[in-house]
Amino acid sequence: MKEIVVISGKGGTGKTSITASLAYLGGEDLIIADCDVDAADMHLLMAPDFGQSEDFYSGEIAYIDQDACIKCGKCQDVCRFDAIPVIDTQYVVDPLGCEGCGYCARVCPTDAITNSQPKVGEVYVSNVRTGTTMIHARLSIGADNSGKLVAKVKNEAKTLAEKENKIAVLVDGSPGVGCPVVSSLSGASFVILVTEPTVSGLHDLKRVYELVKKFGIKAGCIINKADLNEAVADDVKKFLKEEDIVLLSEIPYNVKFTEAMTNGKTIVEYDEDLGKKISESWTKITDIVGIEI
Amino acid sequence: MKIAIASGKGGTGKTTLSTNLASYIAESRICVLSDLDVEEPNSGLFIKAELIHKEDKFKMIPEWEKSKCELCGNCQAVCNFNAVLKMGKMIMVFPELCHGCYACSELCPTDSLPMKQKKMGELKSYKNGNLNFIESKLIIGEEQAVPLIKQTIAYVDDNFGEDVIKIFDSPPGTSCPVIEATRDADFVILVTEPTPFGLHDLKLAVETVKQMRIPFGVVINRHGIGNDSVELYCKEENIAIITTIPNDRLIAETYSQGKLLYPTIPSVKEAVISISEYIENINSQKEGETK
Ligand code: SF4
Ligand code: SF4
Ligand code: SF4
Ligand code: SF4
Repeated sequence: MKEIVVISGKGGTGKTSITASLAYLGGEDLIIADCDVDAADMHLLMAPDFGQSEDFYSGEIAYIDQDACIKCGKCQDVCRFDAIPVIDTQYVVDPLGCEGCGYCARVCPTDAITNSQPKVGEVYVSNVRTGTTMIHARLSIGADNSGKLVAKVKNEAKTLAEKENKIAVLVDGSPGVGCPVVSSLSGASFVILVTEPTVSGLHDLKRVYELVKKFGIKAGCIINKADLNEAVADDVKKFLKEEDIVLLSEIPYNVKFTEAMTNGKTIVEYDEDLGKKISESWTKITDIVGIEI
Repeated sequence: MKIAIASGKGGTGKTTLSTNLASYIAESRICVLSDLDVEEPNSGLFIKAELIHKEDKFKMIPEWEKSKCELCGNCQAVCNFNAVLKMGKMIMVFPELCHGCYACSELCPTDSLPMKQKKMGELKSYKNGNLNFIESKLIIGEEQAVPLIKQTIAYVDDNFGEDVIKIFDSPPGTSCPVIEATRDADFVILVTEPTPFGLHDLKLAVETVKQMRIPFGVVINRHGIGNDSVELYCKEENIAIITTIPNDRLIAETYSQGKLLYPTIPSVKEAVISISEYIENINSQKEGETK
């Protein structure tokens, strides 16, 4: 079973629209995982039924039992995150500020502080309109640990793919270069980098590729809005050559790209010309990864 | 006066708006632009200014001093992040995992884990006339953005007075880093696009700022593409739409060159003018209240 991960470094490059199109082409041979949990949008194109949902708990958060508290202030003294303000003469924990280090509970003389695992999100297992299953999630507001939620989504997808003998897992990866994208990348067989020929797009492509390189994963690149700036597009292609990244496709700037999304459709369903570009990438990807779909 | 510019997801034009707005305001008064997207600061690509100051930013992590250690294992027991481990006759600290809570250090019976500084990133300050640009960048592999965001805001607070307009380009998303970047703001501008993705992410962002009880308004970017669902949503929820920026290939091209937009594109200039007037309005109201 193979794992194909789509990432982009920066947002707004069309990553999710492209992933959804690949999901459409792969149909029931794939399990889909939306690991962009911070701004999970893929479900808007896949019509999921939210068939099963499960709360996801992670980390810790402190809670002060006011009946047991003798207001000695020790907890506030040791908290390095200013997460224990005094409100109406009571010491209380600010849940958005608490890092869950547990230090306050260890120094409280009356054991008034307990730690519990907060709910940081929900994970869904859905039937989607491409005849397969998608694992997706929603991160709670202000939650930390999105890396752990990403890992959870991915592992569920892998387990299911193995159980159902699917050919591959297709992952809509997280943005950025931090912990969530590291979780998205680990174990990948192939990475698709979606970029655009802008100064910032190239900058972010280089940064995120450093990470891909560390993992030693083979990569390909789709340049979206490829005709927006020829000079930068050339720089992008030069970079791809230097790093031995396969150029999968160049998609021209076209408002139909966004129109498709507005109509709840993938690009391959909506516009023939743009669709061809995606199909062409998909053929290259399946060849490189060595799968038949 | 602190304005945070945020969006539920990346790529909606947050950085474009921050850089253009700050540069425009700086034509007539002192303005600070601070890029708090410390994982991937991008604003600097659009700002031409001179580097005037640079400093390393540190976080505190424990360092093991072998001589007095009794190998009691208490440090490992109190660390909630598995960042300190007892391995045989050694105590190992994993700096990337450490949140700097001081528990192991202060609860060590023999003071064998004093807290020491470790570099987590770099802050740079640039200046061009009235425009001050402050940018921080995490070193690669460093996972915690929040402490660096905090220190960057503190730097801006220490160096610029209350009367200066401060614009913070926040990281994308709705998790800890965004909360940290926006929690002290007087006003939040949410940038979105009029598409289903834009609407979905805007709703999450609205929930986030509402939870923090900060006044906010919306700027719709790439207006004309997609549909009117974002506008309808804002009307229903009584959310102010400060202005719109049209969808225009010329804007995308100018942006792709790493250039500011408002000097050459009239529609963008109009938009930044209306936003800056909106901000001036809030600012004078705020000053009125404190007087
Ligand atoms: S658990 Fe840590 S961060 Fe949370 S309130 Fe207690 S000391 Fe502060
Ligand atoms: S340390 Fe315990 S008793 Fe003292 S103020 Fe905090 S919660 Fe109350
Ligand atoms: S708590 Fe202090 S004395 Fe005990 S093992 Fe850790 S470093 Fe050594
Ligand atoms: S300072 Fe806190 S997080 Fe860091 S190693 Fe010590 S106990 Fe763990």
